[in-house]
Amino acid sequence: MRTPAPRLLIALAMVAFAFLALPLIGLLLSAPWGQMTELLSTPAARDALRLSLVTSLMATAITIVLGVPLAWVLARREFRGRALVRGLVLIPLVLPPVVGGVTLLAAFGRRGLVGQYLYDWFGIQLPFSTAGVVMAEAFVALPFLVITVEGALRVMDIRFEDAARTLGASPTRVLLRVTAPLIAPSLVAGAVLAWARALGEFGATITFAGNFPGVTQTLPLAVYSALEVSREEAIALSVVLLGISFAVLVSLRGRLLGGRG
Amino acid sequence: MSVDARIRTTVGSFEIDVHLTCAPGETVALLGPNGAGKSSVLRTIAGLHGLDQGRIEIAGNVVDDSAAGIHLPAERRRVGFVFQDYVLFPHMTVRQNIGFGPRSTGLDASGVDHWIDALGIADLADRRPSELSGGQAQRVALARALATDPQLLLMDEPLAALDAATRIEVRGRLRHHLAEFRQGTVIVTHDPLDALVLADRVVVVENGRITQDGPTAQVAAEPRTEYLAALLGVTLFRGSAASGTIACVDGGTLIASDTHAAGDVVALVRPQAISLHRERPEGSARNTWHTTVTGIDAHGDQVRVHLAGPPALVAAVTPAAVAELRLAPGEKVWASLKATDVSVHPA
Repeated sequence: MRTPAPRLLIALAMVAFAFLALPLIGLLLSAPWGQMTELLSTPAARDALRLSLVTSLMATAITIVLGVPLAWVLARREFRGRALVRGLVLIPLVLPPVVGGVTLLAAFGRRGLVGQYLYDWFGIQLPFSTAGVVMAEAFVALPFLVITVEGALRVMDIRFEDAARTLGASPTRVLLRVTAPLIAPSLVAGAVLAWARALGEFGATITFAGNFPGVTQTLPLAVYSALEVSREEAIALSVVLLGISFAVLVSLRGRLLGGRG
Repeated sequence: MSVDARIRTTVGSFEIDVHLTCAPGETVALLGPNGAGKSSVLRTIAGLHGLDQGRIEIAGNVVDDSAAGIHLPAERRRVGFVFQDYVLFPHMTVRQNIGFGPRSTGLDASGVDHWIDALGIADLADRRPSELSGGQAQRVALARALATDPQLLLMDEPLAALDAATRIEVRGRLRHHLAEFRQGTVIVTHDPLDALVLADRVVVVENGRITQDGPTAQVAAEPRTEYLAALLGVTLFRGSAASGTIACVDGGTLIASDTHAAGDVVALVRPQAISLHRERPEGSARNTWHTTVTGIDAHGDQVRVHLAGPPALVAAVTPAAVAELRLAPGEKVWASLKATDVSVHPA
């Protein structure tokens, strides 16, 4: 038995859906399908594709290596200021990405808090380099992984770990053989979300790393630059990004669309 | 001692203060209402919950001593723990679950096969926990705990997750499995029947304190607190049943109306169900004995009359009946009990 719904509600719901769907349909209809291969094989487009893939995967790897331990500490350790730490971790989620880029400059720029020593002592210059792109992407993507994994650790029945301990497993063995496999689905979901966020990163990247073809010009930056010269190329690159987003959605359908888990 | 634990600890604002012992080969039931602190006692012994004050010795090794600042982590205590609803690792097969302990402690894997065979779960070995029934999961959990060759077995409400029918069957089998285990076993339960069937000794915990500690039959017969009296006050017989006749371990027989139970059983009889007579009683009661009064004691507004049997019986009668029947130690008396008043539980 379906509950009767107010007509206004249905109407507004349809407007909302159209609002989200029309731009996508517009993009697909205006795509120069005949010239796709040609447009995507220009040196600039290929550089951007390659750079985006490499940097987003590296950023994802960093979020996993650093994010899982942070999630574990937040979920399992009681300490003073935990709420503050969690709040800080979530800031990149709500911070305008451009501001994120500015904060990265303030910390890792050539005159930044840490950056000046990196440059003076080791000659390392992060801004406007490919490494800078990876940092910008990891900065905005990290919270996605941390909240997903922390949530999974909190929901997980702690008695699985208790059981493993009474069976003689060391803390490391408990983590690797019991905790990790049990939260694996969430870890994968968090990593995919982080990767998608890294791939789409624009504001922090252009602010911290600039927009140099072949060095820091990732796909979203290439789309932005292409718009000024060739609308077709911008649309072609956008279609690629839309395709990737769609694939991410499909891979996470159980978790995001409320389907079977 | 398999375990000698003096525990003072707090859970939230709830205080627990108990002294619990368990000898090798002994099964002790920690019986009490929900929220009495039983599970916390178990978790403290296992090292999963901290001790405020006290000392815990497992098989002669000190694992906790607040005065000496000793606290051995759970993974080094050699304690087998069977959790309520079992907590089998869902991403491992039955065999991997059971093998997890031996692999963690560097024990050889021969124990795995031994316990798989002993618990009759060989045909389940390649299944995942999600493919097991409650009774099967319980056996796997027990095998997993025993495969580490523990010095002490702790079971937290091992039957609570089972439905009523499975529970009776599993309870009976569990007693046999525990008989195979040479170290001590401590079972937490809120169900007196679990305690009576499974345990050699019953320790009653109420409000974080021990209110009674004694051999199972004694606790069953003489509950000292209101909580227990409401549940118990029964005479317990161990024996083996065949088509309704129970041959008691301590001599004598009981006729029960339940003719299905076979093999080892625990039979429970309420003292109020036994009638006493001067002459041989006529009527439908299937159990009659001509026996000797061995003792009489007042119990509130009732009088408990102890009879030699066999089997040894306790009858609860009114003071008026004692006078009328001229009951006194050494007197001969007829006792009768209806078969429907003998409740039989597989053990």
